[in-house]
Amino acid sequence: MTALRGQAEAGENPLIAGLERLPVNPTSLVIFGGTGDLAHRKLLPALYNLAHEGALPERFELVGVARRDQPDEDFRAIARESVERFSRRTPDPDVLGGLLDEVRYVPGAFDDDSVYSELGSVLRCFDEQAGRPLDRVFYLSTAPQFFPVIAAKLGAAGLSQCEHAHTRIVVEKPFGYDLASARKLNAELLEVFDESQIFRIDHYLGKETVQNLMALRFANALFEPVWNRNFIDHVQITAAEDIGIGGRAGYYEGAGALRDLVQNHMLQLLALLTMEPPTAFEANRLRDEKLKVLEAIVPPAVDQVSAMAVRAQYAAGVSGGKPVPGYLEEPGVDPDSHTETYAALRLQISNWRWSGVPFYLRTGKRLARKLTEIAVTLKPVPHLAFQSIGSVGVQPNQIILTVQPDEGVTVSLGAKIPGPQMRIRPVNMEFRYGTSFMSESPEAYERLILDAMRGDATLFTRNDEIEALWGIVDPILTAWHEDTAGPLPQYPAGSAGPAEADRLLAGERRWRRL
Amino acid sequence: MSEDVWSESDTTPDAIEAALRELLRERHAANEALVPARVLNLIVVVERSWKGEIANRLERVGRYHASRTVLCAVEEGRETLDARAVIGYDENVGDGISAMHEHVEIDMGPGHLAALDTIVDPVIVSELQTMIWCPHGHHEAIDALRGMIDVVLLDSDDDDDAAAGLTGAAGLLRGAYVVDLAWLRTTPWRERLASSFAPADRRAELTELTEIDVRHRQGSRASALLLVGWLASRLGWRVEPLEPAGVGGLHGTAHCGERAIDVDLEAQEQEAPGLGGVTVSTAAGFSLTLDRARGGLRARESGHGQFRTWQILGASRGEGGILGEGVRQALLRDPTYGPALARAQELCPARAVVGAASSSGGSRDGG
Repeated sequence: MTALRGQAEAGENPLIAGLERLPVNPTSLVIFGGTGDLAHRKLLPALYNLAHEGALPERFELVGVARRDQPDEDFRAIARESVERFSRRTPDPDVLGGLLDEVRYVPGAFDDDSVYSELGSVLRCFDEQAGRPLDRVFYLSTAPQFFPVIAAKLGAAGLSQCEHAHTRIVVEKPFGYDLASARKLNAELLEVFDESQIFRIDHYLGKETVQNLMALRFANALFEPVWNRNFIDHVQITAAEDIGIGGRAGYYEGAGALRDLVQNHMLQLLALLTMEPPTAFEANRLRDEKLKVLEAIVPPAVDQVSAMAVRAQYAAGVSGGKPVPGYLEEPGVDPDSHTETYAALRLQISNWRWSGVPFYLRTGKRLARKLTEIAVTLKPVPHLAFQSIGSVGVQPNQIILTVQPDEGVTVSLGAKIPGPQMRIRPVNMEFRYGTSFMSESPEAYERLILDAMRGDATLFTRNDEIEALWGIVDPILTAWHEDTAGPLPQYPAGSAGPAEADRLLAGERRWRRL
Repeated sequence: MSEDVWSESDTTPDAIEAALRELLRERHAANEALVPARVLNLIVVVERSWKGEIANRLERVGRYHASRTVLCAVEEGRETLDARAVIGYDENVGDGISAMHEHVEIDMGPGHLAALDTIVDPVIVSELQTMIWCPHGHHEAIDALRGMIDVVLLDSDDDDDAAAGLTGAAGLLRGAYVVDLAWLRTTPWRERLASSFAPADRRAELTELTEIDVRHRQGSRASALLLVGWLASRLGWRVEPLEPAGVGGLHGTAHCGERAIDVDLEAQEQEAPGLGGVTVSTAAGFSLTLDRARGGLRARESGHGQFRTWQILGASRGEGGILGEGVRQALLRDPTYGPALARAQELCPARAVVGAASSSGGSRDGG
């Protein structure tokens, strides 16, 4: 008891022990781009779900900032519609009313000084009502060209710091367009904010399965002994989508598959899969380890890119039984576009643990099915004491981590087929989240918004990490940008991808079936 | 939701287990996307005449179903076992998989309870956590299953005598992990009190509290005692038995060093079981009040010449949600319940007094 009393006197909060839901300081959250698609589909519903569960801070104020000129009431109506349409649970009218009744809206262009002056007034008003300065979180859910503008204006308006309260800024993806632009954006943000205030979001890191990757590796003695070049033959990371670009030609033409998924999500998966064990699950310890392994991935020289990377575009085909157009026929797409809708890479990690192990990454749109998985293939057994005639035979063990659609882990094993002969075929030992836990996984944005308000950067990307990520793909982007001769290879919509990707795999290796 | 059902009169545990296994095998063979869930065994021991009511309560727990529920319905005079096994599933799986839920009802007599382990053991999934809930008493079932259960689900508020309820919980805690629904009713209040004192400049107030007033529904005194017990255990208060005060209330003093803390528990009329409000105050004039309200809690704060009121958001879980939370908690471990329970027991008035209050007030716990 004395120790506990001592904790309170020393400034620790003795009441938080044993609580599943840790307190968050009273906070004002400002969403720049509050009327945009991300806010509409993800952020506002996520905030409602946090409110429903009682997870928001005891005092929570919300402000939307966007160009559209409209009163507070109209923004509240938009927010209400977002929640009613996209929340993962049916809204409780009292909670929803409580969340939205005091929401404020500040209209104006993001480069207009008056927006920040008005925003400052609103935030000070919240502080006065609370009788204390509330923590401030500025969530940049805008087009990326506005990130440095908003940061600079917040700084100029004196909103980047607040005495006796924390100020944080959350930056959505894409964080930069290439290595140079990412470095520039980092520098621009760091002119105004300290690194500890900046939360670069990659919503993949908020997914339960991605976090479970760390639990699988570091909470189980079973896997770590084989998690190295001595036992692992190769790794395939797949992020396949069965849909096309929809109405996002404007974004996608400027991005492509490499920027859209490989540079961020897939390389993050690779880093978590291959990093050394952190000494603690704490932001900088974890990010130090990710950075080390990312820096061990040697970027290709521009003239080596064609040997380790493949790009392609989907052609017309059949998806879900329906004929669909090719990428070049999609509305808004340049008929001569060289934007890739499929990218596959072979990467090597130059360190003791992984030297010589190829890592194959592939992503694409309009593929046969929606699937995100990591497949770790072990080396074959060194000697087989029995023949496997009359069966598919002994296959190397695989550990497959599925991120979507069915989150879980599968371990493939060789097992004897019942009968008089010693015939072997692969069987699966499966763990599925849906069958082993009662709880429903929260949306990634719920976890990440809460972490940002709490100041926990563990699941966010640090400045040096983001530059390391861009450093890996930058030579590939350069090579592809310079190579404009002829059309890109094509793959039929609804297929497993282009045949050209097969040449990345050496020897007997094959891409896993989608 | 579709169901496959098997039933048999005068059956055996082995027959029940074999039937379950066959139901699961057949359903998975018919649709590979349907797989058995493997989360938790829940054994529920009830009076047969009330088994429908308990089944209804279990239906309302939301997504926190045990993967295999074994409902043991005790009927006076019965000597044979009748059983019904049900596999529930949703065939609209889409591209993914869907977990099947397994529910077994076994009608038995009181004489079966002494050897309940020999009936239940073959029917549960052996490698999973196993929780038992006896909402109608039948504590001999807990004794019989003591070697195979990991968690006991109970509700200290169920006992007319709060002291007896808490003592019962403490006794069970010595042999298994206890999930107490009365404790779970205090969760939002504990979270909000912790949150209110989270800002660094506010934490010092914790060491200066001189008064706590807990308002609770009649019949939820155990919840109120657990909340005060929690504060006492976390803040290092010495406590002693409270004394009756007002209509169904309790009053007393806790101490922390030289500082005295007035403790008041007030029973009040309210629809929902559990707590209705909490006020904590300091001698310097700071006061924080949290009251149950629509869509969360209504907070009022006074002190330093200021008065403020605001809403803390959160949807009511309802009693179905509380029970669901109790099932979910079987997979977790809360290290603060035991110390809070110990302080709550110390706060209980002498047994005779509570009994008198109970009989005079006519409420479940003496309110």
